[in-house]
Amino acid sequence: MTEALDLSIYVKHQGDGTSHLDLAIEGIDCAACIDEIEGGVCRLPGIVDARLNYTNHRLAVEWREGALSPTQVVDELERLGYRAHPFRSGLMEEEEERRAKWLLKCLAVAGFASMNIMLLAVSVWSGNVTDITPETRDFFHWLAALIALPAVAYAGQPFFQSAMNALRNRRTNMDVPIVIGILLALTVSVVETINSAEHTYFDSVVMLLFFLLCGRYLDQAMRRRTRAVAGNLASFRAEVAHRIEESGEVVLVPTAALKTGDRVLVRPGERIAVDGVVVAGRSEIDESLVTGETAHRPVQADSQVYAGSLNANGTLTVTVTAAGKGTLLDEVERLLENAAAAKSRYVRLADRVAKVYAPVVHAAAALTALTWIATGASVHDALITAVAVLIITCPCALALAVPVVQVVASGALFRAGIFLNTGDVFERLATVDTIVFDKTGTLTMPGMRIVNAGDIDPALLGAAGRLALSSHHPLATAIASIAQGSPYDGVVEEPGQGVRAMVDGQEMRLGRPAFCGIDDCAAQVAASDPAASAIAFSWGGRRAVLLVRQALRPDAVAVVRSLRDDGFDCRILSGDRPEAVAPVAAALGIDWWRGGCKPTDKIDALEAFKAEGRKVLMVGDGLNDAPALAASHVSLSPIGAADLTQAQADAVFLGEMLRPVQDTVEIARRAHRLMRQNLCIALVYNLIAVPLAFLGYVTPLVAALAMSGSSTLVTLNALRAHGRGPAVPQGEPIPSPLRPAAQGA
Amino acid sequence: MDVLIYLVPMALLLGLCGLAAFMWSLKSGQYDDVQGAAVRVLSDDDVRT
Repeated sequence: MTEALDLSIYVKHQGDGTSHLDLAIEGIDCAACIDEIEGGVCRLPGIVDARLNYTNHRLAVEWREGALSPTQVVDELERLGYRAHPFRSGLMEEEEERRAKWLLKCLAVAGFASMNIMLLAVSVWSGNVTDITPETRDFFHWLAALIALPAVAYAGQPFFQSAMNALRNRRTNMDVPIVIGILLALTVSVVETINSAEHTYFDSVVMLLFFLLCGRYLDQAMRRRTRAVAGNLASFRAEVAHRIEESGEVVLVPTAALKTGDRVLVRPGERIAVDGVVVAGRSEIDESLVTGETAHRPVQADSQVYAGSLNANGTLTVTVTAAGKGTLLDEVERLLENAAAAKSRYVRLADRVAKVYAPVVHAAAALTALTWIATGASVHDALITAVAVLIITCPCALALAVPVVQVVASGALFRAGIFLNTGDVFERLATVDTIVFDKTGTLTMPGMRIVNAGDIDPALLGAAGRLALSSHHPLATAIASIAQGSPYDGVVEEPGQGVRAMVDGQEMRLGRPAFCGIDDCAAQVAASDPAASAIAFSWGGRRAVLLVRQALRPDAVAVVRSLRDDGFDCRILSGDRPEAVAPVAAALGIDWWRGGCKPTDKIDALEAFKAEGRKVLMVGDGLNDAPALAASHVSLSPIGAADLTQAQADAVFLGEMLRPVQDTVEIARRAHRLMRQNLCIALVYNLIAVPLAFLGYVTPLVAALAMSGSSTLVTLNALRAHGRGPAVPQGEPIPSPLRPAAQGA
Repeated sequence: MDVLIYLVPMALLLGLCGLAAFMWSLKSGQYDDVQGAAVRVLSDDDVRT
C-alpha cells in the first residue's frame, strides 16, 4: 500500500497505557496460520499481546500507547500474506454474544439439576418397588425440591421472559404452555412432597427444561455464527476515501470516519464511498450498483452522487451530505419502510402449531380433572392426573422439532457458501414458486468482460491487455484482466481519451475509437452488439475493436434452465435499459422480463405477482433492489451487493456462480419436509401419550422415558437434513476467510 | 441408612463444584474460540525462538 490508512477511529484506548485494536483477517486457511500471525505481530516492538480467534478469524492486538502505529500491524500482516481489516463488532453481534453465554449458563444449571435429581428419582423409583422407608423417600424428595426450585427459577428465565412478552402483546407462543406446565408441575410436586406422597415430578420438570434449552441454544448458535461471518465480510468490504484536510493535504481514511461536510477526492477508477454533491471536477460515473443502469451518467459541479458509484474518467471533489430530500437514497429508504411495514408478517410454522396446540392441551388437562372428579375420584387424584397430562404434553419434542432442523440445514447451506440472515427463511423458501432476478450484478457478473475476444488476433489482444494495465479507466480493467506480462514502460494516459505508448518503434493506442483513428470500423463492430462499449486498439497499422460489457455468470444459463425444469417460473426485473435486458433474457430463455424499472416499479410488479397468488423469491444486489427484496416473500443477494441491500436480504451467497440460488431452494425444501415430519412425530407421540396420561397410567418414570424418547427421535430425524451435501461446483473453493466454522459454540 | 444423610449432600456438593468450574471456564472465555483451542494444543509455543 503506497498510502497509509488512518486507523485511529478503530483504536480503543484502555486507560492503563495500552491500546486495543480488533482486526478481521482474510487468508487464514490452516492451523499453522495462528503461530505465524501471532508470532509475526508479537515481534513488532511495543506489542503487549496478540491473540487470534481461529473460530471467527479475528485478531485482537494490544500495544503500549505510542509505541507503534496500528498501520504497522496491518503492514506486517500484509507482508506475511494476510489482509487485515479493522473491525468493530456491531451492537447486534455483542447482544447475541451475551445472550448465547446466558443461555449456556442456563443450560449448565439445568443439566446439573436434571442429572442430580434423576439420581435421586431413580433411587425412589427402585425403592418404591422394593423396601425404601417413607423417611428416606421424603428426604430424597426434599433434596430434589431444594435443587429443582432454584434451578428452575434460574434456568427457566428465557421461557418466563418470552412467555410474558407474548402475553403482554396478547399473543400466545410455544413458551406459554411450557411455562404453565412447568409451574403447575412444580407446585403439585411441592404439595406432594409436603404430604409425603410416593410420586413427585421434579425430574420431569428439570429434564424438560434441559431439552428445551438445548433447542434454544442451537438456534442461537446458528444465528450467531452467521452474524460473525457477516461482520467479517462487512469489514472486508469497508471502504476508504481520500479526505481533503483544511490544509489541503489528502489523507486516506475509512469511510466510517467521514462526517457531513467533509470534502473527499475521488480519482478515476475509484468507487465513490459516500453520498454527496460534486463541488469541482467533471466526469462520468457508472451507477450500475445503485440503479442497475449500465450506461454512464455525466456529472459536474452540483451533481448529486451516491455511494457505490464508480468514477470513470475525471477527478472529482465531493462534499459529503446526509441523505437529502428527494435524493435516490431518500426514496429507497422511504420505500423500504413501507415495504417492511406492509410485508404480511409471516407466522412461523412452530408458532402456528403452538397457537392450536396450547388451547388443546389445556382443554385436555381440564377435561381430565373434571372427568376424574365426575367418576368419583378425589380432587387430589384428579389434579395429579391433570398435571401428568400437562407434563406429558409439554411441547418438548415440538420445541426441538424446528430449531434442530434449522441448525443442521443452515450448516449444509454454510458449506455451499450461503449465509442466512433470518431463521424462518427455510419455511418461506420452501413454498417459493416464482423466482425474480435482477439483471446487473445478479445474473451478470459485477465486473466487465470482453465479449468478442475470439474474433481478435491473440497477439494483438495480449498487447492490448498489457497496455490496459496502465489505464485507470474502469473499462480498461476488463481488458487488463487478460494481460500476460508486465505493463509497458513510458505509457501516457490522456484523461477521457485513452492510453498510448511507443512499443518496438511503433505507437500503440488504446481508448476511444476517435483517439485511435478508427471511428468507422468501430461503429460497424459496435452495431453488432448495442449493449456493449467499443474500445479501439491500434498498434502501428494493425487495429482491433474490443467490445466490452457485463457477462453472464458462468453457470447462469444452466442454473436457470434447471430451475425452470424444476417448475419454477423465472422472471427478470431490471433497472437497466430494455435494450440491455433483452439479450440476457433471450440467452437464458426467460420469456417474462421488464427493463427500466425504478424501485417503485419493482415493488408494483412484485405486488402484482403476490395478487396472482405467487410466492416470489427475489434475487437482487443493487441499492435499487433493496425495497423489492424487503417486499418479496423471500430474498437472496450475492455477496457483492450494496450494504443496504444485503441487510434486507434473507440470505447472502458467495462466489461467481449462480448455483447457490438453486442449492438454497433445494436445501430449504428438504429442511421444510423434515420440519413437518418432526412435527408429525411429536403429534403422534402426543396421540399415544395423552390417552395414557388421561387414564392415569403415567407415573414420573413413564413421563421421563416418553419425553427423552420423543426428543431423541426428533433430533435423529433432523440430522438427516445434513444428508447428501449439495454439489458444490468443483474448482470454486469457498474463499478461506469465509470457510464455515464447524462448531457453532 | 443414616449414612445417606451426609453422603448424598456430599455428592451434590461435588456436582456443584463441577458446575462452578464450568461457570468459571465460561467466564474466562474458554469457549470463545473452540476451533482454535483444538489446534493450539499441537503448537510448540513454549519453544518459540
